[in-house]
Parts: sequence; C-alpha cells; structure tokens
Amino acid sequence: MLTEQIEEIKEIIIGSRVYKSIFRRGFEDTPKNRVLAILGNVFLHLHPPYVKRHALKFTHSWCMGGITFLLFLVLCFTGVFLCFYYHPDKINAYRDMKYFEYDVPFGVVLRNMHRWAAHLMVITVWLHMTRVFMTGSYKPPREFNWVVGVFLLVLTLLLSFTGYLLPDDQLGFWAVTVGTNMARATPLLGHEGPFGEQLGVTAYNDIRFALLGGSVVGGNALLRAYVWHCVAMPVTAIIFLAVHFWRTRKDGGTAGPL
Amino acid sequence: MWHNIFKIASKPDNIPIVGMLLLVLFFWFLSFWAAFKNDRIRRAAAGRPRPEGEKSKGDVVDVIDFMYPEEEQGLPKKVNCWPHLVKLEFICAIAVMALLMFWSIPIDAPLEEPSDSTLTPNPSKAPWYFLGLQDMLVYFDPWIAGVLLPTFIIVGLMVIPYVDVNPKGNGYYTFAERPFAILVYWFGFFVLWVLEIVIGTFCRGPGWMFFWPGQEWDPHRVVSEVNINWNEFLANISGITALKTETAGLLLGILTILAYFGLGMALPYLWLKRQESTIIYRLGLIRYGVVGFFFWTMMALPIKIVLRLVFSIKYILVTPWFNI
Ligand code: HEM
Repeated sequence: MLTEQIEEIKEIIIGSRVYKSIFRRGFEDTPKNRVLAILGNVFLHLHPPYVKRHALKFTHSWCMGGITFLLFLVLCFTGVFLCFYYHPDKINAYRDMKYFEYDVPFGVVLRNMHRWAAHLMVITVWLHMTRVFMTGSYKPPREFNWVVGVFLLVLTLLLSFTGYLLPDDQLGFWAVTVGTNMARATPLLGHEGPFGEQLGVTAYNDIRFALLGGSVVGGNALLRAYVWHCVAMPVTAIIFLAVHFWRTRKDGGTAGPL
Repeated sequence: MWHNIFKIASKPDNIPIVGMLLLVLFFWFLSFWAAFKNDRIRRAAAGRPRPEGEKSKGDVVDVIDFMYPEEEQGLPKKVNCWPHLVKLEFICAIAVMALLMFWSIPIDAPLEEPSDSTLTPNPSKAPWYFLGLQDMLVYFDPWIAGVLLPTFIIVGLMVIPYVDVNPKGNGYYTFAERPFAILVYWFGFFVLWVLEIVIGTFCRGPGWMFFWPGQEWDPHRVVSEVNINWNEFLANISGITALKTETAGLLLGILTILAYFGLGMALPYLWLKRQESTIIYRLGLIRYGVVGFFFWTMMALPIKIVLRLVFSIKYILVTPWFNI
C-alpha cells in the first residue's frame, strides 16, 4: 500500500516538467541513461562516460587526487564562514579567534575543520604526486598535466602558509617570521643575499618588504596574507584545477595502457 | 624518555606529521607491493600468446592483459562511469568527511598567546611542512637552503616528464622497468624531504640544537663544535699550511665544485658507454646534463650532512660575497 503510493509519487515527480527540465533523462537504469547521467550533468561530466575497469581499483589512484579536491572544497566552504567573522587587522584578528572559541555557534568545529583539512590536504597532495609518479602517469601524453600539478603543489603549500599567519598568535607569527626571513637572503633581490647589497637593496626595498608590506611582520603583512589567502591564491588554484581536470580527461583519462 | 616524544607528537599541529608518516609508509608498501606483483606477472607472462582478438599496441599491452586475474580476462575492458566510479567516489568522500569530523571535534586547532615581536620562542619553527627547508639551514646558508634549493626542487619536479625518456612503465606500477627513476624519487621524497621534517620536528630543540628523540630539551646545553672550511680541512690533513689562505680557499672551492659536477656527470657517462647502454643516446647531451645537474644538486644535501657531522666542515667555497 505504502510502496504503491511512493511509486505513484515517484511517477509524478519523474513525469513532471520540472524534473525533465533539470535532468533531461529517464529514470530507468538503461545503458543510455547511464551515459546521460554523466553527460547531462555539468559536475559529473568531469568524468568520461566510460572508464577502464582497472581504474576502479583502489591501488590504481588511491583516490588521492579526488580526496585532495574534496578537501579543497571543504576548505572553500569552511573558509567562507570563517571570513564572515574574521577581520584582518592587528587589533581584531586574535580577538576573532577567541570569538570562534567562545561565541560563534560551532565556531570551534569550524576552525578545527578548516585547519585539519588544510594539513590533510598538504599530505594528500604529496601522496597524489607519489601515486602519479609510481604509476608513471607523467609520461607522454601527460607531461604537461604533471607540470600543472607542480603548480598546484606549490599553491597548496603557499595557501597553507599564508593561512598560518592569520590567527595572529605566537605560533603563526614566528613561523611566518622564520619563513619570510629566508626571503632576505634571496640572491640579488634580498638585502642579505649574495650581491643584494652591491645592487643597493636594503631592508626597505627588497623582496621581503614586498611580501610583508613592511620590514616587519605587522598589520600590513596580515592584510597581505589575508588577501593572498582568501582571494588571490584560491582563484589561481581554481584556474589551475580546471586546467588539471580538463587535461586529465583530454589526455585519455587516468593513466592506464589499455 | 617517551614523555618528551609524546609531548612533541601530541602537539595539535604535529599530529598531522605522525599521520603523514603512517600514510607514507603504508602507500610506500602498497606501491612497491603492486610494482613487484606486476613485475612477477610480467615475467611469468613473457612469451605467452596474447588473448584472442586483442589488438597489439606494442610492448605495454601484454603486461596489462595478464595483470587481470584469470576469471576477469573475458570481461569488458570498460565500464560505465555512472554508477561504478561515481559510487566509489561518493563512498570515499563520505569516509573522508567522517574522518575529518571525528578529528575536528575532539582535537582543537592550536591557538597560542597573542603575537608579540619581543618574545621570541626558542626554538622558532616554520610550519611542519617547511621544516625540511628550515633544517637545511644547518648545512647551507639561507640563500641556498631557503631560496635556491626550493626553486630547484620545484623546477626539478617540473622537468621530470621531459627528461624521463623511458617509454616503459606508463600507467602501471612497475619497479623492474624503471628502477633508477623510482629509487631517485623515493630517496628525494622519503629520505630527504620526509626525514628532514621528522628531524626538524622531533630532534631540533632550543637554539636548533640536535637532541635525540626523548632527550630532554635543555636550553643550556653547551655544544662545542669548531667548524672549519674545506681548504682548512685539506691543509690539516695534508700539512700544507699554504692552503689556509683566502685565495687558496677560493680556488680550491671552485675546483672542488667543478670537479664534483664534472666527475659526477663524466663518470656515469663513461661507465654507461662501456656498458654499451643506449640510454645516453636516447637522452642526448642536454637531457643527460639536466638529469645530472639536478641529481647531484640533490645529493649535495646528504653529502654536506656527512661532511658536517663527521668532519665538521662548514663551507666548501668561501668568497667575499657568498659561501657554499
Ligand atoms: C590541489 C592539488 C591537486 C588536485 C586537487 C589534483 C586532482 C587530480 C585528480 C582528481 C586527478 C584524477 C586522477 C586521480 O584522482 O588520481 C588528477 C590526475 C593527475 N594529477 Fe593531480 N591534483 C593535484 C595536484 C597534483 C600534483 C602536485 C601533481 C604532480 C606533480 C599532479 C599530477 C597529476 C597527473 C599527471 C594526473 C594524471 C594522472 C593519470 O592520468 O593517472 N596533480 N589530479
């Protein structure tokens, strides 16, 4: 009785113009519909309609690229919510962390998820790269996609690094101080690097100054880290990701010699 | 002893390192297991006829054909992405989300005291994934450890597909068909990158001094190390004091570095030639040089670590502008 009613409701939904306008395919499990499920969906059509059977094995890809992308999405999602509450200036930044801890609904879990997903993403990117290397998937015709991948690797690390400063606590402050101190030593462009002094580079016009917006890690550095972290680098990463996924498909799907 | 290890490992920001170690070990094992299995299948399959109706695509096909278990040989080579792959991705996504939630509820992201530029923590450490670079500062000056070598790592990774001319092992695990590539990657990734992170996290205490895991981090420990430069070292063992001058140091340093890269590239070349290997012809001179350059630049790190720890040698080349 109940199942009959459910069947009836299903028929109504599937037969409706709204359903058809969105999915444009029948509901039955036919070979044609299986293909259309992929082709008719902008998100799923990142996939080809058919995959090689061995690509389903766990050992083939470890799922690592996909997991990395999932974590990237989680980071975008939780990041937007963090942005609602966070002010990138020396007065508010640390205070906002305390708000997350004591005031914001689910603020603690939100911040934890953002941080742990970020750490995890660094690890999964390395593992994904290792998988691609071990299966020789950078070989022709996939050479260029490997290069795109290296850009993504660097972006992932830099995203994580710029985010580290934002809580404006001792941990992030000194980690970023140590990190950007290396920029002082850049050959030619840093004021402590080889030939920097000879070229008239000082602490006030070298590459570290450009990164920090000052000669110390202060308010300007916080703002720059924030803009890189929340706008410039995610957008860049999304562009590279689009190329990466597109190339993976155009190069014949995940590698396999069939 | 365990107390100190546990204290470091259980810092919230260090938990990922422990996880990474386990994951890297697991996947290391998994990929080598798969590679050796494939190699075994391939060896056993050598000479067996191709399955019916299989069109030949050269060398690679026969490996994969026999990599499927017997009972799956007849099944279609391709399957529908929906539902077979999408289903797996969905399960995988749910598993990762569950893991992330369970991690995020009990373990809080660290938040230390508000930043204070007058209170320098000792040791001050970079985020864990950069600790390898920070630890290289012990062995190289900042412009090499912090700028040049990271650039070389990035560029070196990018050139891999263009210098690896070995057509085999494209798209499946194998060790026998590309041992050199795999060994170099694992040495660079596992031994140098990951191990340096572990050392940077667990063994570097106050003043970036080295402590064995479990040793108490005593900031007042006195380490008396007198480091000497390469030319002084040579002068000491040969007894020729003239080598101690600045000019001699400069010349010796340049000669040593030239010899290092020169011999490093020439000797394998001659050896390969004597083996009548075709690799050098397939590579060509430019690619051979690129591989040699990046390989020996990478090997400079372990070599300098040994020189420093065993012989207390600090610089190979000392100039008025920079030291190597
Ligand atoms: C933000 C980081 C990255 C994301 C989200 C990502 C995502 C993906 C995904 C989803 C795939 C499909 C196959 C799979 O899941 O393994 C893939 C393939 C690939 N990735 Fe990445 N990737 C990233 C970084 C990298 C890096 C660092 C490299 C290498 C240096 C790389 C090189 C490749 C190559 C060569 C392929 C094609 C592999 C094949 O055909 O089997 N990717 N990537």
